[in-house]
Amino acid sequence: MTRRQEIEIRPRRTEAEMETGRRARVLMKGNEAIAEAAIQAGCDAYFGYPITPQAELLEWMARRMPELGRVFVQAESELGAINMALGAAATGARVMVSSSSPGISLMAEAMSYMAGSGTPVVLVNVMRAGPGLGGIGPSQSDYFQATKGHGHGDYRVPVLAPDSIGEAMDLMATAFELAERYRTPVMLVADGILGQAMEPVELRFRTPERQAFDWALTGAAGRPARIIKSIDLDPEVLERRNLALQHKYREIARHETRWEGWRLGDAEFAIVAYGTAARVARSAIARARDNGMKVGLFRPITLWPFPERELARMSRQLHGILTVELSSGQMIEDVRLAVEGRCPVAFHGRMGGLVPTPDEVLGALKALRGRVERTRAASGHSPAAHDRGTPSTNGAGLDAGARPGGRG
Amino acid sequence: MATRQPLPWTPLVVAVDHCKGCELCVAVCPKTVLALDRSRVNLLGYHPVVLTDATACTSCALCARVCPDAVFTVWAAPREEHR
Amino acid sequence: MTLDARSSGALRGAAAARLVYRKPDVLVDRATHYCPGCGHGVIHRLLAEVLTDLDLPAHTIAVAPVGCAVFIYDYLDVDFVEAPHGRAPAVATGIRRLRPEAFVLTYQGDGDLAAIGTAEIVHAAARGERITAIFVNNGIYGMTGGQMAPTTLLGQRTTSSPSGRDAGLMGYPIRITEMLAQLPGVTYAARGSVADAGSIGRLKAMIARACRVQIEGGGFAIVEVLSNCPVGWGMTPQESLEHLKGPVVEAYPLGVIVDRSAPSTARPAAAAPTKPEA
Repeated sequence: MTRRQEIEIRPRRTEAEMETGRRARVLMKGNEAIAEAAIQAGCDAYFGYPITPQAELLEWMARRMPELGRVFVQAESELGAINMALGAAATGARVMVSSSSPGISLMAEAMSYMAGSGTPVVLVNVMRAGPGLGGIGPSQSDYFQATKGHGHGDYRVPVLAPDSIGEAMDLMATAFELAERYRTPVMLVADGILGQAMEPVELRFRTPERQAFDWALTGAAGRPARIIKSIDLDPEVLERRNLALQHKYREIARHETRWEGWRLGDAEFAIVAYGTAARVARSAIARARDNGMKVGLFRPITLWPFPERELARMSRQLHGILTVELSSGQMIEDVRLAVEGRCPVAFHGRMGGLVPTPDEVLGALKALRGRVERTRAASGHSPAAHDRGTPSTNGAGLDAGARPGGRG
Repeated sequence: MATRQPLPWTPLVVAVDHCKGCELCVAVCPKTVLALDRSRVNLLGYHPVVLTDATACTSCALCARVCPDAVFTVWAAPREEHR
Repeated sequence: MTLDARSSGALRGAAAARLVYRKPDVLVDRATHYCPGCGHGVIHRLLAEVLTDLDLPAHTIAVAPVGCAVFIYDYLDVDFVEAPHGRAPAVATGIRRLRPEAFVLTYQGDGDLAAIGTAEIVHAAARGERITAIFVNNGIYGMTGGQMAPTTLLGQRTTSSPSGRDAGLMGYPIRITEMLAQLPGVTYAARGSVADAGSIGRLKAMIARACRVQIEGGGFAIVEVLSNCPVGWGMTPQESLEHLKGPVVEAYPLGVIVDRSAPSTARPAAAAPTKPEA
């Protein structure tokens, strides 16, 4: 059974298409493709600050936005950029910022304010290795930051995780839609590989419809003044505001959860992975299948809301799950919460900017299968053990910037 | 102060329940006709300002200029009247 | 209504009083949360008068700070967005870039502008953002209980400088408006005071000039207001105004620090003319 949440793509004739003389596919760098997709989605304003590995996104915007008469500002810092975005979004504009992990940390404060005041802004995090200044290689070590709340307070932010440049382009339009529909900041997470790699992409873009906002600040001519704020010193009022936020998040979870299943129909094992890790997983799964192992891929596309119900249902048929991440293991906690002990959940990951190889992942799958078989032989029933593998250190990771194995 | 005819209008309307008794108006009034009414307390809990002698007020509006709480509305004599 | 005497529509010969002053409608008719004698109230009123005189309220999008004036949107009846502490100039930049036709106003205290928000104000000024910034300098952090600010005077006792501000440990007060005035993107930078009726009148003229700079297509405009904090300073309201006229104005000279614009011909009638300085 393979399920895919269909993401509607409405092809439109765009300037880019006409520019390239009706070429169907163009080689584009991820950062630039994401930027152009945002532009085609109707982004009115971009605010940013240079940081590796997403400087090309800012530079694309610096060239294209003035061409189109739209707003581009290189701010004095990510702090400046996100607050400019907050102000611009308060006027009802379609607004975007991009950064990489350390810059996203600086944006955390404003994200809390945007969540609390209902201000829609799209953020792109091209994740790099941390913590601290870290390195410029690809990473997924911002999963906690993205899904558990970068800033203070009781809020959530929808997080979209593409695994290809083409999907990233489409999810940019989705990001603006979600931000405006639910009046919330929305984050799209990529990593240095997606940002830096060049792939042939179809120049198909979506432009979400504009709505009239009854909350936007436009000057109180002929109407009562509007206030966009997040403060409420009366605890009962603030609780009501928080309850409304929680209701909103339940609605988002109900309607906007996205994930992809691949070769899960007869699967006894599954890999749970997103982004670049999912691409590596597909290669590993193809090889495992060749070896007779029935394994599939469960790929969350929204990291929040996490597809916990679907994963929980899947886990009833599985003997074991391997989570693969470019980190010490962050999403694995959400995997374990969803699986609730129905089957063992193992882990394989690399850090520091290294990317797991298909061979490493295949090895981890085999180790998981071996452990499951031993446990079943010993006790005669499915184990409920939580056996967390340590990150593999056989040093076979990819260099930053190299292309991972293609989709199987 | 010389005795004058009582005025059919008042030079000063005070938003009594916005006053915080800071007395900046009392200090600035060149005719010293403003004072806190210590016989009462307003909704904020302060002694509000009161005009003690309407006939001596020149409607200069310095009180309105220095008041942090915009409590004063100031009226002046009709042009036909001369003091 | 301004301080100009206006006829209330009295008929010739009828003994009807003339309205001399009424607060403008854009200043909301409610009691404020500010302490007795606090300069914020005066500055809010002056802003309301100037916005009304220049017919701006319907076009205004303003940015509220964090500090005692966090609730300014309850007192000025215009569109407002709350900014995180210090970020108002960046938020205003976003508004200005997306709304070329709006009148964009920021209002910040000394912590908001001169401490946590120093980068934001410097760069908004450097970019020459066409906004009007009001900087309320009372040399203390009022809302949080009276701690030291970047503009606290040497020797001044606050809850975080209980023995008095010591230059060696805590540095020197910052004349941030003079710093900003050097930037070519700054069209107008001035410092006024709420210390007495005359100062208030001159301050109003500065605020009006700073707003006109924006309307006339100039760059960044800032008015620093020397204001009081009676409770934080441990003084009566009247004592606090005397303090403003003494040590505070010695540290922060009044006047127009820079005016790179062509002077407007029209000036508010009740205000003394301000001379641009070199």
